[in-house]
Amino acid sequence: MNKKAFNLKEFLINYGVILVMIILVVITSIKSPNFLSGNNLMNLLLNMSARLVIALGIAGCVITAGCDLSAGRMIGLGGCIAGILLQRADYSGKFYPDMEPMNLFLVIIIVMCITAAFGAVTGFFIAFLNVPPFISTLAMMEIVYGLNLIYTNATPIGGYVDYYTALATKRFLFIPWLVWIAILVAAITWFIFNMTRHGKYMYAIGANPQAAEVAGVPVKLTMILIYAKAAAFYGLAGFMLGAKSGGASVNLGLGYEMEAIAACTIGGVSVTGGRGKVSSAVLGVAVFELLKAALQFLGVNANAQWIALGIIIYIAISLDIRKYVTKK
Amino acid sequence: MSEYYLELKGVTKSFPGVLALDNVSLSVRPGTVHALMGENGAGKSTLMKCLFGIYKMDEGEILIEGNKVTINNPDEAMKLGVAMVHQELQPILPRSVAENMYLGRFPVRKYGPLQIIDHKKMNEDTSYWLKEVGMDFNPKTKLSDLSIGQMQTIEIAKAVSHEAKLIIFDEPTSSLSDKEVEVLFRIMNDLRDRGVAMIYISHKMDEIKRIADDITIMRDGGYVGTWKASELTTEEIITKMVGRELKNIYPEHKDTPGEVLLDCRNITSINEHSFKDCTFQIRRGEIVGFGGLVGAQRTELMEAIFGIRNIKSGEIYVNGKKVDSKTPRRAMDAGMGLITEDRRGKGILGCLSIKDNVGVSVYDKNLRAGFVLNHGNINGIVDKSIKQLSIKTPSMSTAISSLSGGNQQKVIIARWLANNPDILIMDEPTRGIDVGAKHEIYEIMCELAREGKAIIMISSEMPELLGMSDRVYIMCNGYIRGEISDPEELTQERVMQFATMF
Repeated sequence: MNKKAFNLKEFLINYGVILVMIILVVITSIKSPNFLSGNNLMNLLLNMSARLVIALGIAGCVITAGCDLSAGRMIGLGGCIAGILLQRADYSGKFYPDMEPMNLFLVIIIVMCITAAFGAVTGFFIAFLNVPPFISTLAMMEIVYGLNLIYTNATPIGGYVDYYTALATKRFLFIPWLVWIAILVAAITWFIFNMTRHGKYMYAIGANPQAAEVAGVPVKLTMILIYAKAAAFYGLAGFMLGAKSGGASVNLGLGYEMEAIAACTIGGVSVTGGRGKVSSAVLGVAVFELLKAALQFLGVNANAQWIALGIIIYIAISLDIRKYVTKK
Repeated sequence: MSEYYLELKGVTKSFPGVLALDNVSLSVRPGTVHALMGENGAGKSTLMKCLFGIYKMDEGEILIEGNKVTINNPDEAMKLGVAMVHQELQPILPRSVAENMYLGRFPVRKYGPLQIIDHKKMNEDTSYWLKEVGMDFNPKTKLSDLSIGQMQTIEIAKAVSHEAKLIIFDEPTSSLSDKEVEVLFRIMNDLRDRGVAMIYISHKMDEIKRIADDITIMRDGGYVGTWKASELTTEEIITKMVGRELKNIYPEHKDTPGEVLLDCRNITSINEHSFKDCTFQIRRGEIVGFGGLVGAQRTELMEAIFGIRNIKSGEIYVNGKKVDSKTPRRAMDAGMGLITEDRRGKGILGCLSIKDNVGVSVYDKNLRAGFVLNHGNINGIVDKSIKQLSIKTPSMSTAISSLSGGNQQKVIIARWLANNPDILIMDEPTRGIDVGAKHEIYEIMCELAREGKAIIMISSEMPELLGMSDRVYIMCNGYIRGEISDPEELTQERVMQFATMF
């Protein structure tokens, strides 16, 4: 490749988001040195972990030019089921008084399977009945919330066994277990996106669904898998959030789907489809959480933080769209 | 006052690399139907778009009733009394007849600053104009409840309500039933009696003979001439439409066809306006052309064979084995490949790399342990095809959208070759491709035929069709109207005769 002259405008468009992140960290750490303390960074990582898992799930939907509004409610369902299966035997308000707490891995598998089943239904409506993703996931959002309300009777779940909450507090190689889970999920997602047929089919559908079909891509099956896989991730995220907060309610994860979609797009997953990597989701979640933490440290009014988040989304997406539009 | 209502003089229009119109003239007398004829790509639509200001002409002038005018957009054309009934109607189906007619110019009642749509007046006016063209619908009927023919009469009523003095009909009868055609002709005759000038674009010879007063023929963007309709026979019209010198720029290929690879029997679409009862065979080592006018349903037939569209009845045999191609996947497994006509819409995966565009059809065959992609193998395949087809690109990770049309097409060809199909269907393989790349694609096709593949080529370019094909099937109106296998008989006139057998 021949070396091109440095182009400031292009550089800003391509790396604007990373630049914003670095500037944020520098400014905040100058103004309040505590920002870079180990404790705070660890807290930041813990906050990122569940959100990264959600974002990695939703990234698949966004790459195929869809979205998933049911993520938040799926997280709630996953969190509640995980909590119920992991209550201490001596806890007074136990959901199933006579049941022993289950094995951690078994719970993860049960939760992921249940939410994945709901995700597969969402995907079925999208793939076979041509219901737009926005509507199909909206419907599933309502259904899952209703089922969760009926199941838990809207009572908060608490009294978790120690080995569950320890995932957030105990560390392995200086890093909490929850963060390891997120790293593992990111690695698996990278593998799926880059090393399997399914991942390549996903990008092909996102780029041009009709052309993908002509090229022999099993579009319908791939779509169902994408939504089922995403939902499995939401279930896992619910499990993780429960471990972190030591309790769960039907409203666990409310609104997280929007944050996840925003994080994906900030990181460079294109809402028009076909583009986006695991690193985009990681970057997006990092920028989002850093921004929240930085604004807090800088003492910005908590309510005004929402405005800042909105502005960042506008800027990030406008830059992102420019990347592709101007190249034509 | 001029003898002609509309005169187009010396219209020239070029697009990058193509001279689309070369010094074309057209003069239309009031109270006549003027047929504008020519093959696919002769420049009829381009000329009309220049008239409507959709394209800006490079040279030439428009005179209306002898006065020079400039038209910059369809709105200005409408104000000058020029209206068009499009081939592809663009109605707003869920809304009423009246709303469609008055869209953009709704009658309003003013209450101070407030403007309210006057539905009563709109419906009454609509009824009035519909009666003017001899129609009698309820103006409140939803457009989706009408037939295509009825929608067309509403377009005409709309043109009349604008008090248009010139109405252009672009292939209006292509999707009409016989009865609806009669209605259309009655309306056209009425309009003629009232002194309206009409331009009529159609390929149907019998209709031209019935309705047209004058005929102007175009060929390859040039003006051939204007005659009184009564002076020309159908054969003369065809000869004038196709009468070009054929230059042989096509690679020689003399092949001895082998056994029958693809055998299609009585293929009929589930859509009654599409292909019907199509039977044909393709042999190993053959390049078989499918000719016909635009709209002859050739693309639809091929897409159905490849599993993109649905077939009501008929059988497809590949290598003697019956194939149930319900999905492209099954057609691929049976040994077929399809290069689509609409490269952007159904061909390229725009934002993905060349590697991903080629690889998408062969992931199944390049797996380790049954599920891990073997990137080494895939890179090898892509690398080989970039060299073999001489695709000009800096690397295989370049986005396909940044390549030229010719190289994009080569990438799509590479996608199918990676899959090693026996039968390759190429729908307009050189559309929108520069001359050099065209020639390379012809060479590739000949090479594939030599290797023993069967190639189907749909082409709307007559020289390409005649120059490349060993054998030609010609379709018209959904039917295969003829087959020409004798090279002596493979002439422009013969093809055109079959292509206009409505």
